[in-house]
Amino acid sequence: MKYLFLLYGPDGPLPEPGTAEAVAMYERWSAATGPMAQAGVLIDCAPVQPASASTTLQVRDGEVLLTDGPAAEIKEHFGGFTLVECADLDEALKWAVTLPTATDGSIEIRPVISASPPG
Amino acid sequence: MGAERAVHAGGSGGSFPRASTVAAADQLAAVLRDHWWAAVASITRRTGDLEIAEDAVQEACAAAVTQWPRDGIPPSPRAWLITTSWHKAVDLMRRDALRATREAEAAQELARGLAEPAGLAGRPLEPEQATGPVGDDELALIFACCHPALDPAVRVALTLRSVCGLATAEIAAAFVVPEPTMAQRLVRAKRKIRQAGIPLTVPGRDALADRLNAVLRVVYLVFTQGHRAAGDARLIRADLCDQATRLARQLRLVLPGEPEVTGLLALLLLTDARRAARTASDGSLVLLADQDRALWNAEQIAEGEQLVAAALRMGRPGPYQLQAAIAACHSTAVSAELTDWREIAALYRELARYEPTPVVLANQAVAVAMADSAEAGLAILDRLASEGRLDRWPQLHIARAELLRRLGRPDDAAAAYELALAAGLPVAERDFIARRMADLAAG
Repeated sequence: MKYLFLLYGPDGPLPEPGTAEAVAMYERWSAATGPMAQAGVLIDCAPVQPASASTTLQVRDGEVLLTDGPAAEIKEHFGGFTLVECADLDEALKWAVTLPTATDGSIEIRPVISASPPG
Repeated sequence: MGAERAVHAGGSGGSFPRASTVAAADQLAAVLRDHWWAAVASITRRTGDLEIAEDAVQEACAAAVTQWPRDGIPPSPRAWLITTSWHKAVDLMRRDALRATREAEAAQELARGLAEPAGLAGRPLEPEQATGPVGDDELALIFACCHPALDPAVRVALTLRSVCGLATAEIAAAFVVPEPTMAQRLVRAKRKIRQAGIPLTVPGRDALADRLNAVLRVVYLVFTQGHRAAGDARLIRADLCDQATRLARQLRLVLPGEPEVTGLLALLLLTDARRAARTASDGSLVLLADQDRALWNAEQIAEGEQLVAAALRMGRPGPYQLQAAIAACHSTAVSAELTDWREIAALYRELARYEPTPVVLANQAVAVAMADSAEAGLAILDRLASEGRLDRWPQLHIARAELLRRLGRPDDAAAAYELALAAGLPVAERDFIARRMADLAAG
């Protein structure tokens, strides 16, 4: 069966690409995800942009409502995920609108940082 | 050009008569502002990065401020600005630790540039880059700045900065926030555009109508921010009205088939036409009914009326066209007494279908009161009150108070004014209510 690891950590930006810090971070993670990939269990793994880069989408009375930032409704609960590959935010929004959660709840659209090996 | 020559002839290091220096500096700043949008838009498209584009154009402007007084304003300032900004952008990208692909693309672009005839003056440019009106690049930029994934207030500030070229300090003053706060807001907005992948392109056909509404709303908000009576910030605020009108004009040039764009321009012109009559000498607000119509700008009114008619002829009405039509009803009336309130009431009824907001409903009630009777207008407002809609909106309480006053119910009117004050209002409106309440008390 599938598992989703939600990675919680300290706030702050990722190290600048090309720095020693970035290389060290990459090596630490590769040491873990490499074997996972080899074992055939890893589907995907990536950091995400901070919450400030999110856009929240709701559809209410047939109207698409967008807000800047993460979902503000505390009473809603994290219940699932959809991972997409799109050209830009507009394309992502176009698809997010079609999901049932758009009308039943809220969808936070968090950009994923595309991993490219440093060096 | 006279002031320019005076500055130039003095040579470097001399001291110039203050007036000509200031005039030359103003002229230079005006020229740079004229081409800011085109430059930021062009570099944004070529780098795919708004932050870099703005920094690059800012640096190019700084270079212009030192070089142009010495060498004179170049024959094509736009071409100079775009070319210089591009070179600055390449430098900035080299300094940043960016992804290799972006650098490679920029290096390729630069290599292509170097292969062409050398020198900034000799560099050939596409005609539309050299002088032209608003094009696709500029449209793409304003659509990006007004993207619905950005906070609405931030869209306005970002448009003022990236499109209109206002300095952060000016924008901060216009919104009465400290400059560092505004600077941070702008930085975060540009960062969001980059991190979230907000596209820097003109939206496709199916999204255009919605996204255009967002742009028009921003232009309208720029105008209303400028139109509000203000104390110290009045000069800056007047500039905002001009900026908004200018934006609406440029949008209309590039989107002539969109009647709401024409409608917005008409609305701004018709509203701005009343600027001189809107405030008394002591800075207090003068109601439309009490304004001296001789102070209204006849030219703006004529143009506004012509534009409303042109827009409505396209057969696709919308809120801005309707608001413009209402403004036109007021501006065609030689006096307040001769206003066609029946027409205005009908227009507000239409408008309320698109925008059932408190302001629109309050104005509809007032128009009905003027066309039929105060009781009829009051009935509309009382129905809204029973729906609990008045609670947060001072405009509805003010409208109720005015009608109650007219019906000879001063105590009820005073109570309604109190409710309006409790809801919170800008200074000019508060002063206006205070005067009205004093009138009531005087009997």
